[in-house]
Amino acid sequence: MKNFSNTYIFIFSTVMVVLVALLLSLAAMQLKPFQDKNIEVEKKQNILASLRIESTTKNAVDLYAKYITDSYVINNKGEKQDGVVAFDVDLKTELEKAASQRLLPVFVGTLDDQSKAYSLPVRGKGLWGPIWGYVSVKPDMNTIYGVTYDHQGETPGLGAEIATKEFQEPFMGKTLFKDSTDFVSIQVEKGGAKKDDPHAVDAISGGTITSKGLQAMLDSCLVQYKTYFIKNRQ
Amino acid sequence: MSIFSSKNFKLLSNPLNLQNPITVQILGICSALAVTVKLKPAIVMGLSVMVVTAISNLVISAMRNYIPPRIRIIVQLVVVATMVILVDQLLRAFVYDVSKQLSVYVGLIITNCIIMGRLEAFAMGNKPWPSFVDGIGNGLGYAMILIAIGFIRELFGSGAVLGFNVIPKSFYDTGYINNGMMIMPTAALILVGVIIWIQRSFNKELIEKD
Repeated sequence: MKNFSNTYIFIFSTVMVVLVALLLSLAAMQLKPFQDKNIEVEKKQNILASLRIESTTKNAVDLYAKYITDSYVINNKGEKQDGVVAFDVDLKTELEKAASQRLLPVFVGTLDDQSKAYSLPVRGKGLWGPIWGYVSVKPDMNTIYGVTYDHQGETPGLGAEIATKEFQEPFMGKTLFKDSTDFVSIQVEKGGAKKDDPHAVDAISGGTITSKGLQAMLDSCLVQYKTYFIKNRQ
Repeated sequence: MSIFSSKNFKLLSNPLNLQNPITVQILGICSALAVTVKLKPAIVMGLSVMVVTAISNLVISAMRNYIPPRIRIIVQLVVVATMVILVDQLLRAFVYDVSKQLSVYVGLIITNCIIMGRLEAFAMGNKPWPSFVDGIGNGLGYAMILIAIGFIRELFGSGAVLGFNVIPKSFYDTGYINNGMMIMPTAALILVGVIIWIQRSFNKELIEKD
């Protein structure tokens, strides 16, 4: 085995580290536009999915431009905030602010039959990590039109089922208000919701903590829109 | 020595059976349990590990006479980590949905014992080309087991192959249900055990004497 001097070892490691740093930063810079594009497309796909419009990574941008006819940001008193682009609002950073400071995005979709639906972002905690999604309501600001949920690392087959159609479809047609001012959100019932309950859906068996997290997410995120819902219902 | 001499071919074929990293050397079990719930991430994980092992082997072998032995493990780690970060960045840029499914496990390729094992045991003492072939071979051996387990787990756990439902609706109507246990990591461990059992029953030389 050759004997290397300390000087050689120091120079060797310094050169190696600098080269690696150069290589990695170059790669990160070159690939950043592609990665950002992926995240943007994914967000557009999610908003479209909450409006029950299927899209692929290829046509999402076009469909988004076609169906999302308006978007704006409000605060928790339902007042529109100027100068902010709804698409650029990151809900994660907003939820870290005080409730009255938060910027709440609203994406307005105009559907094929010219009726409107309002897509709202939600974000919360699952069992292993964050869960998020979009919930769209009809112009009555009460009935759910469509939902989409996603997660970072819920257990496949259990908590991860929130991302499936089977779990999301029952949300359609449920209502958020009990009477004109009583906001009750949607309950995710362990053991199954009653058939005619307009405010509840079935939980996932084996995914109780994720289901509870999802219920808390819907309540805490959508209640912020309560004033907006009441003011704008048609 | 030709590029595909019989010696080099052995480097490629040995890890598939008698020197398989998972079933014989019992390395890389952690990720084999974690990413095999569905077939697609298993395939991508297998390919990623293969690329990382092969290229790291190549790089380390090319530098082997210049690496000071006292810091060789650090040098190996830096090379492996660089490759893994590159693979992660490429996955994020070009196969975003797969990258999301693999989530933290791409980063964990760095800790995959197979890679460090091959660098230390092979690349440090062999020429670049055989080292590269050895990396491909071991990556293949790893990928092969992952794909087999991923296939079985997705088929019985979710009734699908690569995301397409293959178990007909009529089966479910007559009372068939997906096996929830296949979704848990435990099932992967049991499957690895079954594969080892089958492999040993065909290759008696793998069975320990006592």
